[in-house]
Amino acid sequence: MRIYVLGIALWLSGLFPVLAAEDHGEAFNPGEMINHHIQDSHFWHFWDGPYGTMPLPVILYSTDRGIEVFSSFKFYDEHHQLVPWQGYQIEHGHIIPLEEGRTVIDFSITKNVAAMFLSVILLFGVFFSVRKGYDRNAGKPPKGIQSFFEPIILFIRDEVAIPNIGSKYEKYLPYLLSIFFFIWFNNMLGLFPGAANVTGNIAVTLTLAVFTFIITQINANKYYWQHIFNTPGVPWWLKIPIPIMPVVELIGVFTKPFSLTVRLFANITAGHIIILSLFSLIFIFESIWVGPLSVLFAIFMNFLELFVALLQAFIFTILSAMYFGAAVEEHHHDEGLEQKVV
Amino acid sequence: MDLVTPGIGLIFWQTVTFLAVILILGKFVWRPIMNALKAREGSIEEALRAAELAREEMEKLHADNEKLMAEARVERDQVIKDASVLASKMREEAREEANKITQKMIDDARHTIQLEKQAAINEIRNQVAEFSLQISEKILRRNLENESQQKALIEEYLKDMKLN
Repeated sequence: MRIYVLGIALWLSGLFPVLAAEDHGEAFNPGEMINHHIQDSHFWHFWDGPYGTMPLPVILYSTDRGIEVFSSFKFYDEHHQLVPWQGYQIEHGHIIPLEEGRTVIDFSITKNVAAMFLSVILLFGVFFSVRKGYDRNAGKPPKGIQSFFEPIILFIRDEVAIPNIGSKYEKYLPYLLSIFFFIWFNNMLGLFPGAANVTGNIAVTLTLAVFTFIITQINANKYYWQHIFNTPGVPWWLKIPIPIMPVVELIGVFTKPFSLTVRLFANITAGHIIILSLFSLIFIFESIWVGPLSVLFAIFMNFLELFVALLQAFIFTILSAMYFGAAVEEHHHDEGLEQKVV
Repeated sequence: MDLVTPGIGLIFWQTVTFLAVILILGKFVWRPIMNALKAREGSIEEALRAAELAREEMEKLHADNEKLMAEARVERDQVIKDASVLASKMREEAREEANKITQKMIDDARHTIQLEKQAAINEIRNQVAEFSLQISEKILRRNLENESQQKALIEEYLKDMKLN
């Protein structure tokens, strides 16, 4: 019980660092503050002042210098001012070489990468202990953490994988479960104070969508391709001489991962922006009386975000399952059904 | 614009991490869990089927029992009926036998009585004859004494020899 109270207190306390963070004396710029909070960074900033920022490893690759690894604190001097280091400097969160004409690829363990590693460690910890439950209670009802996750796993299997993919669901189930829990865990962790906005970063969502896209294309059977290039049930003059339908269908193949990318990214980022905007109101009006109202709305938004975290993970998973299902479906009997998938 | 520009570094790390997640969780977590769930579902189904089978077996046993009971009841009724028929027959026979014996005893008795009666009558007849002879003898002995006395004597003797 105590741990729940602690968790909720920690979570609500996420509201307060933001309140404290922006008192610099200079004019308050809500756009800049919000961007700073939802974007990736080479530092993990918890609070202002001493020990409030954690350095992260910078990993750079360039053709002339090879791989370079150093702490991101090298970009700060003792007066906490940004300075160049070894021919690089940070500009708007990006590492840029000082020399003209040099290009460098940034493989740094940024805040998002570090947060993602943490979430994966948590994911492994949780699910290895869930699996241990199956070893211990073989053939018996689930216990403890196992009984919390089993209904969710069964839901993904029985309500997401089987209805959408059909009899070949077993091949895709590990992927669907992985993607569901990865997104959900990262969405939830993103709500913690000081946490990174992992699933609200377009690079992350793009990568996840590309995974779904590649799996779909690799496993697609001839009916799937036939459906794209020679759509059944469509008049011939839409295919020859101008291949309108094939082009439309081919575009559809790529809009699916694109929509997956943008949907998750936009939903999560929007939630963060709304909460941060609510807090910005306090500083825009420069009145303490706006505070309670802002906090009230932010708490409400936080609860909504808890739901959105689950919902978006579910949507990403079920859409992936639908795409897999469309790719491996054996025969096209119902055209109306196909329209729904898009 | 930074917000919607995917960074190469993050894509790289995301790919590596997520591949690791899929492979490791897939091999060591999801597969074993799927198998465990399937095994458990199978065993539950098996148990349910076994229970159903046992129930049917029970029902069949119950029906068999019912049948046996019914048969036993019929048999019992038959036995009782047979017994009662036998008993009544035996009773009838016994009665007849008894009747017969009784009749025979009565007949015998009657016969005996008849014989006894005859014997008695014969005896009486003999006695009467004897008495008559004695009386006659006495009368003859005393005769001539007195006519009236003779008569009185006869009277007296006759009284003595009243047939009783």
